[in-house]
Amino acid sequence: MTAVAGLKDIFTRNLRTSGIYIAFVAIIGLFTILTDGMLLSPGNITNIVLQYSYILILAIGMVIVIIAGHIDLSVGSVVALTGAVAAVVVIKNGSPWWLGVLAALAVGLLVGAWQGFWVAFVGIPAFIVTLAGMLLFRGMTLQVLENVSLSPFPAAYQKIAGGFLNGILGGNGFDVFTLVIFAIAIAGYAFSQLRARQARIKYQQAVESFPLFVLKLVLIAAVVMAFAYQLSRSRGLPIVLIILGVLILAYQIVTTKTVFGRHVYAIGGNLHAAELSGVKVKKINFWIFVNMGFLAAVAGVVYSSRSNGAQPQAGNMFELDAIAACFIGGASTTGGVGRVTGAMVGGLIMGVMSNGMQLMGIDQSVQQMVKGLVLLLAVAFDIYNKRRAGAAR
Amino acid sequence: MSTILEMQSITKTFPGVKALQDVNLVVERGEIHAICGENGAGKSTLMKVLSGVYPHGTYDGRILFEGEEVAFGSINDSEDKGIVIIHQELALVPYLSVAENIFLGNEQRGAGGLIDWNRTNAEAAQLLARVGLDELPVTPVGQLGVGKQQLIEIAKALSKKVKLLILDEPTAALNDNDSEHLLELLRQLKDHGITSIMISHKLNEIAEIADSTTIIRDGKTIETLDMLRDGVTQERIIRGMVGRDLEHRYPPHESTPGEEVLRVEDWTVHHPTQPDRVVVDNASFSVRAGEIVGIAGLMGAGRTELAMSLFGRTYGSDIRGRVYLRGEEIRTRSVDEAIGHGIAYATEDRKKYGLNLIEDIRTNISAASLRKLSRLGFVNGNEEIKVAEDYRKSMNIKSPTVMALAGKLSGGNQQKVVLSKWIYTDPDVLILDEPTRGIDVGAKYEIYTIINRLADQGKAIVVISSELPELLGICDRIYTLAFGRVTGQLPRGEATQESLMELMTKERENA
Repeated sequence: MTAVAGLKDIFTRNLRTSGIYIAFVAIIGLFTILTDGMLLSPGNITNIVLQYSYILILAIGMVIVIIAGHIDLSVGSVVALTGAVAAVVVIKNGSPWWLGVLAALAVGLLVGAWQGFWVAFVGIPAFIVTLAGMLLFRGMTLQVLENVSLSPFPAAYQKIAGGFLNGILGGNGFDVFTLVIFAIAIAGYAFSQLRARQARIKYQQAVESFPLFVLKLVLIAAVVMAFAYQLSRSRGLPIVLIILGVLILAYQIVTTKTVFGRHVYAIGGNLHAAELSGVKVKKINFWIFVNMGFLAAVAGVVYSSRSNGAQPQAGNMFELDAIAACFIGGASTTGGVGRVTGAMVGGLIMGVMSNGMQLMGIDQSVQQMVKGLVLLLAVAFDIYNKRRAGAAR
Repeated sequence: MSTILEMQSITKTFPGVKALQDVNLVVERGEIHAICGENGAGKSTLMKVLSGVYPHGTYDGRILFEGEEVAFGSINDSEDKGIVIIHQELALVPYLSVAENIFLGNEQRGAGGLIDWNRTNAEAAQLLARVGLDELPVTPVGQLGVGKQQLIEIAKALSKKVKLLILDEPTAALNDNDSEHLLELLRQLKDHGITSIMISHKLNEIAEIADSTTIIRDGKTIETLDMLRDGVTQERIIRGMVGRDLEHRYPPHESTPGEEVLRVEDWTVHHPTQPDRVVVDNASFSVRAGEIVGIAGLMGAGRTELAMSLFGRTYGSDIRGRVYLRGEEIRTRSVDEAIGHGIAYATEDRKKYGLNLIEDIRTNISAASLRKLSRLGFVNGNEEIKVAEDYRKSMNIKSPTVMALAGKLSGGNQQKVVLSKWIYTDPDVLILDEPTRGIDVGAKYEIYTIINRLADQGKAIVVISSELPELLGICDRIYTLAFGRVTGQLPRGEATQESLMELMTKERENA
């Protein structure tokens, strides 16, 4: 009886997050059919990765901001500003590519510290601070660029978002290196899962049965390897995917396994209780925004590299895509709930939909309407779930 | 007397739970009818069925109001018939005026459908006079205390031509004076023919005011007692509620106080936004190891403010005074520092200040001690679960796993989670602010047992409580606070409700 209640509880807890995976699979399936399989072709999969990487990078930072109960409207402008700084350093001054990257990251950190200061220490709502930042940093971008676009970047810089690692181990029709890297990653994942499972058993925690555990791993491995195979048949392993993968892994750990992550959830879940439990709320809020600035700078570098230049209007509306990714991915509008992995899937749902509709030649106007409705439905689903959980009390 | 309300074999099920089972309730016209039962017994559910929060069709059974069968689809339907429910959490808008709140949703319209402000304010003034509240109709509600807000809720009910008034724990947040006033008002309303149903945990109030009492236990009607005829005592009601005799409401305990652990001297705290207002005035007190010390005081006496200002200055401004831990002066300028010195403070409002309701039991228990559970900033999740499991068992938190959300637990179990959180910080001094507020008799007993156990382990314990019997029942020594000052201290043997009350109401002596 109690075990059943426990199971049910686990299910309702996870419905919010697992629902999103089911939706993701369904959307992929739908567009695969609608595009006659074009969606999953090697070239297109590579494209989706390249095209949405910077939104996903932004969404990683954004989900942390949202879990803590804030919002950041300025990231689009920060992407533009950091890209512009990198362009000035590399294109105008002719400095090496890495100096441009470092300059962009430094500017991102400064922007984050600025916004974090106002939010955390002065106590102005993030909505206002970042709305101001949106204007402020857009204006700065225009100043830095002196109202003109800068391009092109040298080849080395372009490689950040457009480069591939391939051919290192040769291949025949597909790139062996890509497959090897993915195989290593899967092995690492399986190993860590196995260790976590053993630890849980040691601490006498409930675990799923071993066959189920293996089945889950095999399923994940199959999907990931299929994805890797498609990549390997195209241009190989995109460098930006490595950047993205490292960031996702790092922030997944930060949010789930560190004291900092716990404090972020605590602040978003109940600010007063967090304060009275000794959480240094101001400090945490400050670093959340510094981190967002840093990730916005990474996205700025990737975007400028991909577009091979810096434009005054770069990154327009990126903040909305990033925010939408988080909410579709199960983050709560009132804070305290959200996951990095959820935000990534949320971003990919948007990406796959956009890409699928582009392949089908659907008009831009319709695409926007569909995206708007999906966001609305995702949050409606979230609220419906919450209400049901509340009624079951 | 005729019957105004009859609820016949009401059964209400939620997925997996039978909240009410064949409950019968008969209320006579013009009486004050109390409903008693432990938390989770089904009192509030029954009232929600009656008032239409759970609409007709979602429950089984019949409701007869004034002799005819009714089927309410919403609260509006029941209000139309003259049934008004006042919830425990008051539903007033703080920024609107008293008059606006009274007529919220029932606005007094004049020509052209516009609001007739003169009539609104004039009628509000009349209603305020009826409930004995001396405030202007244009005063914003947020400026008034809880006691007065409660009266405004009643005025609001009167404006709706109420016949049957339902009050859910009306005096839970009130001090003794305000409670007395409210009960008196209920008597007056009764004289005017208004019937009241009152849900309450305060048995002395029930004994004082109710004409009859229906006891509900585990979703079933146990009995209805005629308070006038049967000579019902509090013990009698408790027996009905818990189904057993609680010979002692407080577990027996012998303290063996050791050395002095905490001493506070000349502690002065000013109001956070009105810096010239003194909230705590030169307060001094001390606690010894293994001792349970009570702090009594009326609402507004500065009890919580004293505790929170000590606990990392989470309340107040311009705080002065000295704190000694085992004779050494310490600073507690942040919560972190306070915890570091072994001070813990369990708040009076666990939902607002104590728990993250959307997180699980495990996360809440570890929230104040993550440093202990982590290395290089990484939390040891398995160890954390083990710790939480240990507390779930030792504190008897009723939940199948520690992964259940804190928001889904009953009040008593939530309080046990809060206590676990603070006990796990391994404090020397535990300040417990209203540790049993809003939890049922059985769970209270458990909390008292836990407090005693902690004292036996040598912790110094400070209990802040509005309930004098509770302080008299568990404390070794009781300080009284009045208007921010410590007005006295009495050892267990000498303290009585009367002597405490005298000290709690002591005005400043020819200052």
